[in-house]
Amino acid sequence: MASAADTRPPETAGAAPDSVVVRFAGDSGDGMQLTGGQFTLSTALAGNDLATFPDFPAEIRAPQGTLFGVSAFQINFGSRSINTAGDAPDVLIAMNPAALKVNLPALKPGGLVIADTGEFTKRNLDKAKYDANPLEDDTLAKYQVLAFDISALTIEAVKPFGLGNKDALRSKNMWTLGLALWMFDRSREPLHAWLKQKFAKKPDIADANIAALDAGHAYGETAELSGPLKQTHIGPVKSEPGLYRTITGAEAVSLGLVAGAQLAELPMFFGGYPITPASAILHHLARLKEYGVTTFQAEDEIAAICAAIGASYAGSLGVTSSSGPGIALKTEAMGLAIMVELPLVIVNSQRGGPSTGLPTKTEQSDLYQAVYGRNGDAPMPVIACRSPSDAFDCAIEATRIATQYMTPVMLLTDGYIANAAEPWKVPDPAQFAPFPARFKDSLAEGEDFAPYARDEKGARPWVKPGTPGLMHRVGGIEKHATTGNIDYSPDNHQAMTDARAKKVLGVEVPEQDVALGEAGGKLAVVGWGSTYGPIRQAVRRAREKGHDVAQIHVRHIWPLPANLGELLRSFDRVLVPEMNTGQFKTVLRDQFLVDAESLTKTSGQPFQIAELEAAIARYFDGIDGNEGGEVEVNEQQLPNLEAGHDDGSYSDAPFHGEGAVPSGTDTDSEAVNQ
Amino acid sequence: MNAPVKIETTLKDWETDQEVRWCPGCGDYAILKAVQRTLPKIGADPANTVFISGIGCSSRFPYYMETYGFHTIHGRAPAVATGVKLANPELDIWLVTGDGDGLSIGGNHMMHVLRRNVDMQIMLFNNEIYGLTKGQYSPTSRVGTPSPSTPRGSVDAPANPCAFALGSGARFVARGFDVSKKLPEVLIAAHEHRGAAFIEIFQNCIVYNKDVFDDFAAPKGAEDRQLWLEDGEPMLFGSEKTGGVKGLRLNTDTLSFEVVEVADGDWQAAGVRVHDTKNRVIAHLLAELPFGPYPMAMGVLYDDPAPTFSDGMIAEREAATKGKEANLAKLLQSGQTWTVDGTAQDPV
Ligand code: SF4
Repeated sequence: MASAADTRPPETAGAAPDSVVVRFAGDSGDGMQLTGGQFTLSTALAGNDLATFPDFPAEIRAPQGTLFGVSAFQINFGSRSINTAGDAPDVLIAMNPAALKVNLPALKPGGLVIADTGEFTKRNLDKAKYDANPLEDDTLAKYQVLAFDISALTIEAVKPFGLGNKDALRSKNMWTLGLALWMFDRSREPLHAWLKQKFAKKPDIADANIAALDAGHAYGETAELSGPLKQTHIGPVKSEPGLYRTITGAEAVSLGLVAGAQLAELPMFFGGYPITPASAILHHLARLKEYGVTTFQAEDEIAAICAAIGASYAGSLGVTSSSGPGIALKTEAMGLAIMVELPLVIVNSQRGGPSTGLPTKTEQSDLYQAVYGRNGDAPMPVIACRSPSDAFDCAIEATRIATQYMTPVMLLTDGYIANAAEPWKVPDPAQFAPFPARFKDSLAEGEDFAPYARDEKGARPWVKPGTPGLMHRVGGIEKHATTGNIDYSPDNHQAMTDARAKKVLGVEVPEQDVALGEAGGKLAVVGWGSTYGPIRQAVRRAREKGHDVAQIHVRHIWPLPANLGELLRSFDRVLVPEMNTGQFKTVLRDQFLVDAESLTKTSGQPFQIAELEAAIARYFDGIDGNEGGEVEVNEQQLPNLEAGHDDGSYSDAPFHGEGAVPSGTDTDSEAVNQ
Repeated sequence: MNAPVKIETTLKDWETDQEVRWCPGCGDYAILKAVQRTLPKIGADPANTVFISGIGCSSRFPYYMETYGFHTIHGRAPAVATGVKLANPELDIWLVTGDGDGLSIGGNHMMHVLRRNVDMQIMLFNNEIYGLTKGQYSPTSRVGTPSPSTPRGSVDAPANPCAFALGSGARFVARGFDVSKKLPEVLIAAHEHRGAAFIEIFQNCIVYNKDVFDDFAAPKGAEDRQLWLEDGEPMLFGSEKTGGVKGLRLNTDTLSFEVVEVADGDWQAAGVRVHDTKNRVIAHLLAELPFGPYPMAMGVLYDDPAPTFSDGMIAEREAATKGKEANLAKLLQSGQTWTVDGTAQDPV
């Protein structure tokens, strides 16, 4: 969406930008994710704030050079606070024609294209469906172009190491990374160290890669003299003092679960089954056995959750993780965990659905599934992470609720959070408040053991099999309110249904705060999950323009914070942007009878700031000082402000709107994708 | 099995106060008693014993055992039990399942609990019918079984539970039937086996599939129709009273068994095979012996222990954690870090 280029606030558009967006794009086999990852690390080491967005194809080895085989990695970094991976890249590095074709529409007008001419052969141009070489006609007229033969330069650079051409070309990504390091004035040392370590067993390959990296860097210095290439220095962001590292959502969930299990003083049992994009959690935890973690790759999703339930029954913290289709398979077992009231954490790394949907693309469309998606009245707490680093805290919170309330808890993350990286101020575990799990291991004088007697929180006792004298039976069949024996009687089922609901609704969750702005304004933009970043930036910009808009970001999806209804009602209008067709909006309407309106997007891509800015601007049209309305966005995504209310009336309020119908269902995803 | 300390109990200690709700005359009653009789014999500890079941008539079993019990969901008991065992390898786990629960909806989990060799006793009550849902044919029903869902008789071939277990890599496979006096012996052998021990127990569903096993389980003529296997003993059945002692001889050309007459007790002369519970190929042949021309092979078909899943997991954990300390603060700081103190950054 070229127009997004105009949305950068004037204060950041000058000669010394406070943030830059770079996209590395190439063939799946070109190592773009690795390049992006290493560039991210060097960016973090330079003290910039950053956010990344890896965008890779679902196919493992898509045919070389094809449009659907393009893999991209976008990073937004700056000397100011960064919350999103950026709308439109300032710099596009295209390793082949297909990468150029797929990613060019996203590039900001006037942006810089760096292309490897060595790959712009007739064959590759055909595969990318280019009739003519775009480097030679006026396709790139709007942009600055730096096209040279990276392939040949790489081969030249690694010649001394005696590699064949095919092997030599594998270092192309390091050459490109070297150039990028030069462009942003970065130290090469950490990369040298990393390559030496990575190829410790093959020093030749390490040396070749280092040579390629250095050659790319040196090329930058030379090219500066003649072409459009300029070195840019982005200063470090002002951050709280402390120790930092970069972290992805999948890492943060894993570490948070480990921390949570330690705080609960429990061993952790993780049952998983391979699925994109959730497998990374299984991979991380499989390497953390010394923290009392057992990982079990089950035969299917159902077995993964059932084994986790079995482990919880035996006294461990059971955890399972998947993505939408796998979560669907686990549904019946979640009901079992609700029925037998055992702790369990279920992590859902959401992806585009339904069915197989978009395995490698992000979406927030499993909210109904999380809150409502089980047979019977099956209440379960649901928590949503807003960013990679937030996933750490959320995983601890999920563990706390699960073990304190004897309940399964769903932790929602998504493909974007799972793969995206951001700097994280490393917390000190000594600061966390422990919440040790309590096991019942004996009876008081004269006590009759009642496996379903509840404590003040509504939780039943947790008894480990092996405990003498407390043998008892549990099961998915309805059971007596205290003894746990099978009991179908009407009063008992009523009592148990009520008790399960009451326990979950009674889970203590913090009061909802306002993330940006104040309560009681004209517009609240209410989000959950990974939309936090773009909403924050859009609200920030709107506020800079003087609009009375606030950001509210909800972590506790179920139960909702007790004050949320009142907080929402304090605003004239409530806008709920979501990467689905309006699921959270429906929950808010249902729970609080507020006239929440939807802004929806289901293209598999995160929201762009510009899209949200435009949506916010709609509410301020006709208001002095409104600038946001100039932004061109995909109209179909916006709430239809022209239509009346459900009841046919028009509001007299300055912000008349209609929001009953989720309006994003027929989104032209192509337009949004760009 | 895992009961290092033998506990003295009686049958009564294993009974719960729950009213048993199977149909009167159901074979499940006999199996329940056999189990309750077996556990004192092996010195099992009720507090350390866990019965885990799926869904179906048989899966009500845990409610009637004064032990820890988990009545899970349809077909998933092996998965739940795997988690229980990995979380606490000291527990002595008995899995109770049926032909529908264990071979239809839960066939996948059954295969994997067997191939992983998770240490537990797996009792599959085979009544060749869906009882709890009122009599539909099951994956072990014989071709032509009439049922509400197959009014003109079923047309699909049945699964053979013991052959399935062997094919899945089971290291212990045995057969018994509900009212058999020898059932406790089979259960004891299963319990002695370290690893997944699979026991197919023919069970009479008196309501929906009455006496379907009578052709070999009926007391009359049982000696001729049941071949009770014993390790190191010749494979003999029948008796002088009922028309002669017979035995199984292996035809090495066709790699199949033949029934031979044994004269004057001289089974060696008749070439009768001696049962070797460690011979997997023979176990396959015995599991698949077609009933009719041959007797039903009963008892322990195969028993050859192999490392269990929890042993493997424990060893793997020891190897993976050797020399490593669990320091959460350090873990959180792993990877490349940098400090912000207002001025300098120093990559670590
Ligand atoms: S239906 Fe059949 S298997 Fe079930 S309890 Fe009755 S007799 Fe037993």
